[in-house]
Amino acid sequence: MEKFTRVNKVKGYATQQSRKLSEKTLHKTQVVSLFFVQVATVFLFIHVLIKETFSRDFEFKEFFRQCFQIGYKSLPLVSVTGAIMGLVLTIQSRPVLVDFGAVSLLPGMVTLSLIREIGPVITALICAGKVGSGMGAELGSMRVTEQIEAMEVSSINPMRFLVVTRVLAATVMIPLLILYADGLGILGGWAGANIKGNVSFLLFFSQAFSSVGFIDFLPAVVKSVFFGAAIGLVGTYQGYNAGRGTESVGIAANTAVVQASLLIILIDLIAVQITDLMIL
Amino acid sequence: MTITQTDINAFSPHIHNADAAVIEIDNLSKSFGHQEVLKDVTLKLLKGENLVVLGKSGSGKSVLIKCIVRLLNLDTGTINVFGQDVMDLNRKELNEHRKKIGFLFQSGALYDSMTVKQNLEFHLKRIKKELSDKEIEEKIAEVLENVGLPESLNKMPSELSGGMRKRISLARTIVVDPEIMLYDEPTTGLDPVTADEISILINEVQKKYKTSSIIITHDIASARTNADRMIMLLDGKVYMEGSLEKFEKSEDPNIKPFFK
Repeated sequence: MEKFTRVNKVKGYATQQSRKLSEKTLHKTQVVSLFFVQVATVFLFIHVLIKETFSRDFEFKEFFRQCFQIGYKSLPLVSVTGAIMGLVLTIQSRPVLVDFGAVSLLPGMVTLSLIREIGPVITALICAGKVGSGMGAELGSMRVTEQIEAMEVSSINPMRFLVVTRVLAATVMIPLLILYADGLGILGGWAGANIKGNVSFLLFFSQAFSSVGFIDFLPAVVKSVFFGAAIGLVGTYQGYNAGRGTESVGIAANTAVVQASLLIILIDLIAVQITDLMIL
Repeated sequence: MTITQTDINAFSPHIHNADAAVIEIDNLSKSFGHQEVLKDVTLKLLKGENLVVLGKSGSGKSVLIKCIVRLLNLDTGTINVFGQDVMDLNRKELNEHRKKIGFLFQSGALYDSMTVKQNLEFHLKRIKKELSDKEIEEKIAEVLENVGLPESLNKMPSELSGGMRKRISLARTIVVDPEIMLYDEPTTGLDPVTADEISILINEVQKKYKTSSIIITHDIASARTNADRMIMLLDGKVYMEGSLEKFEKSEDPNIKPFFK
């Protein structure tokens, strides 16, 4: 009898352990399959986006409205950020250059830093916060309040109207905003140089642009285009695929900013590597 | 479940042809994960009738009409709309299919960033591309007049009350002349007076635009005003089908609480 009880105990333990193991395996399988489903969804989204971009019935009016929303309405924020970038960079760099007796290189250094790296990355990050979160929240709330479904059931393509226009507008307007921020940054740099020195506007600009070539502009503009596309893509993807309930609107906006910012840094890293290879 | 001419005469005297089903649903089943929402649902919507689908929250009513416009794909069964199986339609055919169906969402689903006029124009310009600007303006004025809100043309959705939003949403749906109307809980969240106004408006739309309608509701007052025929969904299955009188006289414990 005692032997029988012991065997039963062992059997029970073995069953319990085997159940635990199968539950763990199932959970892991679900996590892996969910990951692949999400990856597939992203690729499908991009595929439809590209297909709809080249469709006949392009929504020009909505595209220009989005250009206005993204471009014009971001101007105050980008202006302030751009000007301060140049000002701070000049104030920080000046003492070191004075120590080395190379203060005449200040305009060139500030301009080069702004055009190549600081201007595009900082402006794109600012836009990821403003534009990306706006897209995520707007499309997310449209999903929650069934406005996207209302378009679908009326045989209106929401991808074409809502997503394509926003992604293209971001791709066009963010590089322009970056160039504008660069310009204001250089102006800020001139203002910074005049705090402790006396440099004429003409001299500052002639020194600034004498050290900048086409090779400095091109990679910056190209990566700015990718920054814009990434912000538009992530913002619209998160909003368009938001879940049900108001909480998902916040999640969509938040995830859009986080993912877009991360993508900007990654694109920048790749762009720097490619530029480095090309110059060598 | 076959509907005979005798049944139809009893339910809806103004419907004369039992074969004139605009929507035929056979053995429709739909699950979300392990949860089976609709189980072997079979029903018909006849030309010109108002079919009220009654049921508790979570009984699968909204899922049913979302399957008809293929906002959701069904697992098994068939849905034939004007003799065409909706699951067999390609993208282009599905768009044509959807143009014949008007869908009134529970929330109204008005586009927040557009005025009332732009909301109506948005659909008209994309669905009825042949219309001139003047014809579009006339059409918008006509439907706004029909829903009793001609003065709200330039208002934003945020400036409208719940009842007004429902009316404008209805106007946006009927402005493209659909043949079938699907109403998802049209009176939910409205006070009894406004709810009654919306129910009357639904009947007016049916008469004026000669639509066939499925009205999803758990509001008995609305069902009393609109129903030519009723179906009760319970746990995803068709539990009872018949006229309003049949439902009202029922002693069934699942039906009676609705009519108290």
